[in-house]
Amino acid sequence: MIKIKTEEEIELLRENAIIVSKTLAEVGRHIAPGVTTLELDKIAEEFIRDHGAVPGFLGYGGFPYTLCMSVNETVVHGFPSDYRLQEGDIVSVDCGTTYKGLNGDSAYTFAVGQISAEDQALLDATKASLYKGIEHAVAGARVGDIGYAIQSYTEALGYSVVRELVGHGIGHHLHESPEVPNYGRRGHGVKLSENMVICIEPMINQGVKDVYLDDNGWAVYTADHKKSAHFELTVAVKKGAADVLSTFAFIENNK
Amino acid sequence: MPKQSSIEKEGTIIEALSNAMFRVELDNGHVIIAHISGKMRMHYIRILPGDKVKVEMSPYDLTKGRISFRYK
Repeated sequence: MIKIKTEEEIELLRENAIIVSKTLAEVGRHIAPGVTTLELDKIAEEFIRDHGAVPGFLGYGGFPYTLCMSVNETVVHGFPSDYRLQEGDIVSVDCGTTYKGLNGDSAYTFAVGQISAEDQALLDATKASLYKGIEHAVAGARVGDIGYAIQSYTEALGYSVVRELVGHGIGHHLHESPEVPNYGRRGHGVKLSENMVICIEPMINQGVKDVYLDDNGWAVYTADHKKSAHFELTVAVKKGAADVLSTFAFIENNK
Repeated sequence: MPKQSSIEKEGTIIEALSNAMFRVELDNGHVIIAHISGKMRMHYIRILPGDKVKVEMSPYDLTKGRISFRYK
């Protein structure tokens, strides 16, 4: 059942989305070779609590941390650990908050130090595909249009789209209906109406699309151990053009 | 945080239970309980033991499924 949000709920979701966006920017400021992912997790947790919110992932289905830190061939749901980030790594940071009863969820893939041109191309393509998907998050469009936009854009550049993991609706719960796959056929899928709020999160692999699950039941790795990028924004569906609630401006104005 | 999408598997019907529920043996050997989807109910598509079917399952509960397609 897809919940249509009221204007007040959308404003609260916007506040959540801003806190998440600022948290990602704060984590981004501290990303450097030699930093452990566990330190970044603590920084994020303090930052979220300082803003009066609660980390959205902590305790969700047993997830033990505030952030998902997914380095290189880890697609998503990587655990923060004593791993020290190295020059040339790419790390996708996924963060969630719970504030005033509603949730926020956003993700960004950061480069650690200088990265290779082909890794930078992966990041640029994934981020661009996210914006292409957002163009289709309008009232009357279908979820398959968003997936088709992301899939056609990235596959034309030679990348592959992960099938097993999908975007989702968001509201009082972190994961709500509908599922928003990053692949699809135009005109298929759930029809989007005004004031639905969804998280679009392309997960794009450099190599093959196949992934496998870690024994800890959370981390997902690419089957061929090539790198994978992940970007996510929370978007409210409106007539004509989507209202993007979270933003990468805080992260990108730091650079 | 991404959500795991529903998994599609193929299987064969072993046994018909009441209320349009069926015991299905998946291709990987697991035996699950699956119910017929509403769309198949609406079009009066009959399923009998021995049919090959496509089953949708949630990654969060691997013992239950929904039969979405019957192969010829």
